[in-house]
Amino acid sequence: MRAILPAPLCPKSGSSILTDILEAAPETAETTPERTVVSMRNVSKLFSNGTLALKDMSLDVRRGEFLSLLGPSGCGKSTALRIIAGLGAASTGVIDWPSSRINAKGLPEGDVGFVFQEPTLMPWASVFDNVYLPLRLNGMSKSGARPRIMEALASVGLSDFEKSYPRELSGGMKMRVSIARALVTKPRLLLMDEPFAALDEITRQKLNDDVLRLWRETGITVIFVTHSVFESAFLSNRIVVMRARPGQVCADLAIETTGERDANYRTSEEYRATTDRVSRALQEAIMLGAQGQ
Amino acid sequence: MTDAVQTANISEAGTDSAVAIAVARTGTAEKFLRIVIPFVMVALAIGLWQLHITVNEVPRYIMPAPGDVIAALYTDWGTLSPSLLVTLRITFLALAIALVGGVGLAIILVQSKWIELAIFPFAVILQVTPMIAIAPLLIIYMPDTQSALLTCAFVVAFFPILSNMVAGLKSVDHNLLNLFELYGASRWQTLLYLKLPASLPYFAAGLRIGGGLSLIAAVVAEFAAGSAGKGAGLAFRLLESGYRLNYPRLYAALILLMVTGVAIFAATSLIAWLLLHRWHESAMKREN
Ligand SMILES: Nc1ncnc2c1ncn2[C@@H]1O[C@H](COP(=O)(O)OP(=O)(O)OP(=O)(O)O)[C@@H](O)[C@H]1O
Ligand SMILES: [Mg+2]
Repeated sequence: MRAILPAPLCPKSGSSILTDILEAAPETAETTPERTVVSMRNVSKLFSNGTLALKDMSLDVRRGEFLSLLGPSGCGKSTALRIIAGLGAASTGVIDWPSSRINAKGLPEGDVGFVFQEPTLMPWASVFDNVYLPLRLNGMSKSGARPRIMEALASVGLSDFEKSYPRELSGGMKMRVSIARALVTKPRLLLMDEPFAALDEITRQKLNDDVLRLWRETGITVIFVTHSVFESAFLSNRIVVMRARPGQVCADLAIETTGERDANYRTSEEYRATTDRVSRALQEAIMLGAQGQ
Repeated sequence: MTDAVQTANISEAGTDSAVAIAVARTGTAEKFLRIVIPFVMVALAIGLWQLHITVNEVPRYIMPAPGDVIAALYTDWGTLSPSLLVTLRITFLALAIALVGGVGLAIILVQSKWIELAIFPFAVILQVTPMIAIAPLLIIYMPDTQSALLTCAFVVAFFPILSNMVAGLKSVDHNLLNLFELYGASRWQTLLYLKLPASLPYFAAGLRIGGGLSLIAAVVAEFAAGSAGKGAGLAFRLLESGYRLNYPRLYAALILLMVTGVAIFAATSLIAWLLLHRWHESAMKREN
């Protein structure tokens, strides 16, 4: 099934996420799935070496959300993201996709894009062919896929680099190719695992702006793993803070802004208040993790 | 001094064009030297050879002069060329079978660790056993000398290709494997679009080693097996000329073998370059 993009949800206009929750609360079980893209129910993950990476983690991801998973290193953020993507099964618990068609492996067909911490490009293939990959695996011809590939490349500002090879690109450009590849299938859910951790501050801010713009334009749902309070506070309208040992959700913060999230926002009082709030939540999570050790 | 004058002359055209001109100059000069130096060195070596013969008055039944060898190449071409063809045929046939077999078996081996466990002992045993020790047996078991030689050359060229390909197919970036899994790639798609391209550098290494070894094995096996008559390769001509003290012809046969070896090396290097120059470090010209 090819994903049909939902109508763009603009986080600024209409209801805020908080009122969404308030509205959603009295709804019956029949209508809730419409709003939920994916839900984790009591998911635990025990690795074969005895590490309990996740314990009874539950999380509902609602459509159109920009959700950041924030937590100390080793708390299971990547593990949670990989389980959602179907890379490695949960030991117990279920991943539910209420409004997607599920394939034989229990995954929603073509509905998920994944951006790894590293660009993870095929060095032997041009930028064009790297972005073509998901469509090629779906059996789409190169000429048929061309408009979509060029659209995806344009959306990350790399239209002129279709013929380049990964080694000819900078770190930030490689990351953009990786994002274009994740977007080319027009997924409903975009999973990003610390995508910009290895980049310098300026490039990272630029890519943050790009991702935010893409999110606004496409109405895509994003789960963004990060260990940066500032990055998550800038990007998200919901931050889920995780604790370590065992990995669990320990805070769920709605982030609202009155204005645009732009350069001005970065220096605003509002942003500072948000980062303070998030920092405190993270501090608590770190303390809980230390006690659990 | 010269630099300053040059810069002054082209300063009107701007800094960019100055840089371009400077780069182009060193570029052509380097290219020229790259081609010329190896030839000059070989010519020098031939000159020293001639000098040694002349100064020490070495008789030609001990060591022929370069001119004698060239003359032998010309006069004995009728005897040498069929032998060259035999050796070439064995070498390339063995290499071709080793390529198909090595790549094919590597693909099968990496499908499951059980298959690998079952086959690997044989691979290792055959690889560590000196080929020259099995050659006499192969002569007995094989229907004719030609197929025995072919088998020897194949066995020797096969293992570097196999082990390189196995290493290559296994060295795929696990994040890329995850990516393929995420998009529901079939086994076949993963092999075709990911594992095979990712193992090209290893394939190129295996091809280079296998190409060189198949010629060496074809010659060594013929020494051990001792073919004669119509099916005689260059190794037999070497032995025969040695017995007859026809050293110019022996040297001519040797030079044909050397040229063949160099040609195989050049061809495999060219193939490696064609496969890798766009993307792999080993074949790339770094600019930083
Ligand atoms: N394949 C594995 N085998 C065993 N243990 C693992 C494996 N992968 C992760 N772990 C363990 O599970 C825990 C969670 O790991 P995970 O990679 O999810 O953390 P993370 O929150 O993404 O950390 P980081 O911010 O450093 O990326 C860690 O304690 C880690 O040691
Ligand atoms: Mg991680």
